[in-house]
Amino acid sequence: MPVTTFGESVRRTEDPRLITGRGKYVDDIRLAGMAHISFVRSPYAHANIKNIDTTAAANAPGVIAIFTGADLQEQLGGLPVAWLLPDLKQPKHPPLAFETVRYVGDAVAVVVADTPYQATDAAELVEVDYEVLPAIVNAERATKDGAPEVHPEAPNNIGFDWSIGAGDWDEVIKDPDVIVVKEEIINQRLIPNSIETRGVVADFDPGRENLTLYTSTQIPHLVKMLYAMVTGTPEQKVRVIAPEVGGAFGSKLYLYAEEVVCGIVSKQLGRPVKWIEARSEAYIATTHGRDHIGVAEMAGKKNGEILGIKIDLYANLGAYLSLFAPLIPSYFFGLMLGGVYKMPNISCHVYGVFTNTTPVDAYRGAGRPEATYVVERMLDRFAAEIGRDPVAVRRKNMLASHKNGRTVTLGVTYDSGDYKANLNKALEMFDYPAFRAEQRTARREGKLLGVGLCTYIEISGAAPSAVASSLGAGAGLWESAAVRVHPTGKVTVYSGTSPSGQGHETAWAQLTSSELGVPMEDIEILHGDTDQGQFGTGTFGSRSVAVGGAAIHKSVTKIIAKATIIAAHIMESDPKFVTFEGGSFAVEDIPDKTMTFQEVAGAAYGAANLPPGMEPGLDETSFFDPTNFTWPYGAHIAVVEIDQDTGKVDLIRYVAVDDVGNVLNPMIVDGMLHGGIAQGVGQALTEAAVYTDDGQLLSGSMMDYAMPTADIFPKFESDRTVTPSPVNELGVKGAGEAGTIAASPAVMNAVIDALSHLGVRHMNMPATSEKVWRAIQDAKETQRAARAAARNPRKQGS
Amino acid sequence: MSTEITVTVNGTEHTASVEPRLLLAHFLRDVLDLTGTHIGCDTSQCGACTVHLNGEAVKSCTVFAVQANGSEVKTIEGVADGETYSNVQQAFWDEHGLQCGFCTPGMIMTTEALLKQNPNPTEDEIRTGIAGNFCRCTGYQNIVNAIGVAAKAGR
Amino acid sequence: MVTSNFDYFAPSTLDEATSLLSKYRGEAKVLAGGHSLIPMMKLRLAEPGILVDIGQIEGLSYVREEDGGVSIGSMTTYREMATSSVIQSNYPLLADASSKVADLQVRNRGTIGGSLAHSDPAGDIPAVILAIGGNVVARTRRSSREINIDRFQVDLLTTALRDNEIITEIKLPGLASGTGTAYSKFHQPASHYAITGVAAVITISGGTCTDARIAVTGAGDKATRARRTERILKGKELTPAVIRRAASRAAAEIGDALNDDIHASAEYREHLTQVHAGYAIEQAVAAAG
Repeated sequence: MPVTTFGESVRRTEDPRLITGRGKYVDDIRLAGMAHISFVRSPYAHANIKNIDTTAAANAPGVIAIFTGADLQEQLGGLPVAWLLPDLKQPKHPPLAFETVRYVGDAVAVVVADTPYQATDAAELVEVDYEVLPAIVNAERATKDGAPEVHPEAPNNIGFDWSIGAGDWDEVIKDPDVIVVKEEIINQRLIPNSIETRGVVADFDPGRENLTLYTSTQIPHLVKMLYAMVTGTPEQKVRVIAPEVGGAFGSKLYLYAEEVVCGIVSKQLGRPVKWIEARSEAYIATTHGRDHIGVAEMAGKKNGEILGIKIDLYANLGAYLSLFAPLIPSYFFGLMLGGVYKMPNISCHVYGVFTNTTPVDAYRGAGRPEATYVVERMLDRFAAEIGRDPVAVRRKNMLASHKNGRTVTLGVTYDSGDYKANLNKALEMFDYPAFRAEQRTARREGKLLGVGLCTYIEISGAAPSAVASSLGAGAGLWESAAVRVHPTGKVTVYSGTSPSGQGHETAWAQLTSSELGVPMEDIEILHGDTDQGQFGTGTFGSRSVAVGGAAIHKSVTKIIAKATIIAAHIMESDPKFVTFEGGSFAVEDIPDKTMTFQEVAGAAYGAANLPPGMEPGLDETSFFDPTNFTWPYGAHIAVVEIDQDTGKVDLIRYVAVDDVGNVLNPMIVDGMLHGGIAQGVGQALTEAAVYTDDGQLLSGSMMDYAMPTADIFPKFESDRTVTPSPVNELGVKGAGEAGTIAASPAVMNAVIDALSHLGVRHMNMPATSEKVWRAIQDAKETQRAARAAARNPRKQGS
Repeated sequence: MSTEITVTVNGTEHTASVEPRLLLAHFLRDVLDLTGTHIGCDTSQCGACTVHLNGEAVKSCTVFAVQANGSEVKTIEGVADGETYSNVQQAFWDEHGLQCGFCTPGMIMTTEALLKQNPNPTEDEIRTGIAGNFCRCTGYQNIVNAIGVAAKAGR
Repeated sequence: MVTSNFDYFAPSTLDEATSLLSKYRGEAKVLAGGHSLIPMMKLRLAEPGILVDIGQIEGLSYVREEDGGVSIGSMTTYREMATSSVIQSNYPLLADASSKVADLQVRNRGTIGGSLAHSDPAGDIPAVILAIGGNVVARTRRSSREINIDRFQVDLLTTALRDNEIITEIKLPGLASGTGTAYSKFHQPASHYAITGVAAVITISGGTCTDARIAVTGAGDKATRARRTERILKGKELTPAVIRRAASRAAAEIGDALNDDIHASAEYREHLTQVHAGYAIEQAVAAAG
């Protein structure tokens, strides 16, 4: 592994251990004396706990201890919320329920046994006496008078009532020449389903009174801080380690009940304990995503000019507020309602609603897929209404290109973008006129072919702390990086980011190598251990390279600055004449005066000849707090073919042109895009978390929740445009969620386009074969009735 | 009721006394400490636990260890020849066919079996061949590429 | 999740196995490939106290041409059936269906005997065997009997097999010349089980259909012969109109028992059954030519 460059597709340094099965995930951690935990969870969506009888369970083989919610009440505070909207209702969220359970999966007791099998067996023997109460599942119905009450503190189950807007929608639609289209928009609930479920190993050392918590998480430092708060433990006595994390996608972004309970139980018992989530457990105990029900409207003129968008939304919060839950359907949703368009008038109202379901929080895209779906679906809907081509309508309304910031309707400033050039590039890859001709021919043969576009933009790179704070954030959202150069010139980088598949070890080593001229194999990237390095914010919201990478760059810049001064001093030159290139310091115009980076490192620690007043060492920490979010954008085009007889939708072509600013490692960025696209396609075509009215999760396993497999995808054709971001010195924007944001609208627009000649104008996700089949039947029936009426005009109105 | 079993794993014979209900996946991970085989679901679908049992790819979460008595098992730990990766492993690395790595051991084991059955698969055959292995990270594109590259290398 | 505890036997002969089933009659279940039973046990939907593992018994896995037809050992796997040249040439729909069950890994373990004994309402093999016809050979310690496939599927997850019997062989009849076969399935996108699957075995002679066996899975609580469909086909020249009419009755026997769930309503399922019956019949007719 030599010195790398920014922009190179460097093969990943993580892979050698992962392709040989040597990665250590939380279930691979074995500690001496470790006991195993199984949670007892409510099978009812809403019930009072009348009694818990643990006698039979306690006598089961291998059982060490059983704790109920009542037992641990004293030691457990409520689980916290980190995004506070005005007048947010924050019902207490006990990690183990002790009075009332509020969703299927709500934990009521914890069983500790010698082996995991014994813990599972014993958990089944815990007898809980429930008084079942009525449950409510649908977010809109939950707000109506008479609906079952989830929390007494939240009348009508409303957790928050939030609006954002600009311009004057009501005024705009008064104009009789303005055309308004209106549709019900449902963004269905999803199950994140990272292939590794969650898991915790808690190891309390009774001697030092320290807790080490291994947990599959995206936010080890935040977990540490929050754990300390919730349990009243001194923060410095808690160490959190994120081992290898097998995917997260937003579902491992919280302080979870199980982390708190395992820590407390380990402390009580004075021995390590492990809990590994079963998949069927993950379906009910790990946060869900999306679940928005709303009515959207778009207004515009016959010539295609869009005047505004309105949305009234019920966002399902689930039974309790998860850590970031209020942010997702509020700012991360509302701020994106302008899309890449001028959108002069925006009216957005959101109710965050409690229901008796698993808590809902971020899932890849977190609010932005929901917003983009509204904008892009309604744009196509509007285009169909006025009989104009959707590409033309997009072009007509797109923002002009800008390099250094364009403030849009809602007051946020997009960092840089050339949206039209990006769309054009996608249309170079996809011959749109040729497709329309092919579609016309196909229709004559009765074939259902459709094309759908999505031109999106997303708020990424969370976040400028002061801005975030003013909007409700309870923590700074900067990122940290320490670059420690060792005496022999090797380097360790401590990053506050925390990967779950994004390739940070490679990317950060590549970045450091490219700037220091040090070979990659001389660089170690450490992350995820709160005892190593400084506090960090973690990985989510496509922030790692834009904020975390920028922090590394900042520290490396400081290292180079100090090293330059040392080199200049040793080479008896003025620092302003000393250059650093290819890992070497040189004095201008004096060819034989050079020092390698490694020599300077040695000198820094040897301290034999340092400039007066300079401390030895070569070790810099930085915190990068961005001045703005970053705004990746792109254009995706999907083609579907629908089987007339069955309604089955086949995705037959997918083109993506994304702009994520400068690209550090193209191979890794492309991988992020592919994965995101797959998840977006999954939402559009097959995935849906379905509850019964009394709160049972019908789609409670992969047998009923359709996870995408390799055989449903065509090869994705992807390319990029590059408009560097002015927000950070690397010019990067972030790529983790773009694919997911774009794919659902692109695919759904394609499905509806395939049926548009039959009169179909709208459909909500997922486009299951039955839903599509029914839409075809209904459309054909409507056409038949219309033709019959046309043949017998006198029959009407007689 | 404990049962004694003898299983040859990655060429080494192991004898152990196990509960009949011990899943082969747990036997490998917890009794033999071969933690490369992962468990991703409880409905026998995701394929993360795929190993070779007597030369055939199987889901080790749907086999009891006792059923493997007297059998040969190969896990991800037995694929590389010392420090030399198989064509499949090398291709997964070169083509970025993994991100979080959790599905990867199972994916590689299925791929090794697939290519043994069908050394020259079409893209469709590859995609169908790995339909019993879920990946949430990669969107499968680079995995499919990697398998194509491995197939070429094998010829 | 993990199964509850059970006692385990791995007999090496059929005699030992059947003796154990008799001895523990009612408590013991047969473990073959395990890919229907073990998933149910892991979810604790089945908790047999005793498992008799017949995986170590030699001589139960074979495909043999005999008695004018083909005999398949009960422990023959989906993969073995998919790749058997005997099955490919004699019963193409069986090779085809076997090649599409679940995924590569499951096909290495699941067996024909296990599939028939479990009788999953959406299992492919029960419908295929029903369309081919034939007998299931079931052994107890002292006796052996042949159960005609038409009487084998009794109810949801219930067969005519007694709890002390082990399936040893499936005897398939030779198909007359001029017979074409096909299996057409619409799968549920999550489980990949059939929302509906239609197996068709059709004999054409002198331009007309002289025999037709059509079986439907996935739509009801067990694999079912679509006898009305068969009656419409038999004795006629199979024009597109005839096929359409026959296919339209494919779900008739299932009637009110049509499954209705989050993946397909009864109405849609009935429609799909008609569509796939049409496909299966067309493909079988084309193969018969």
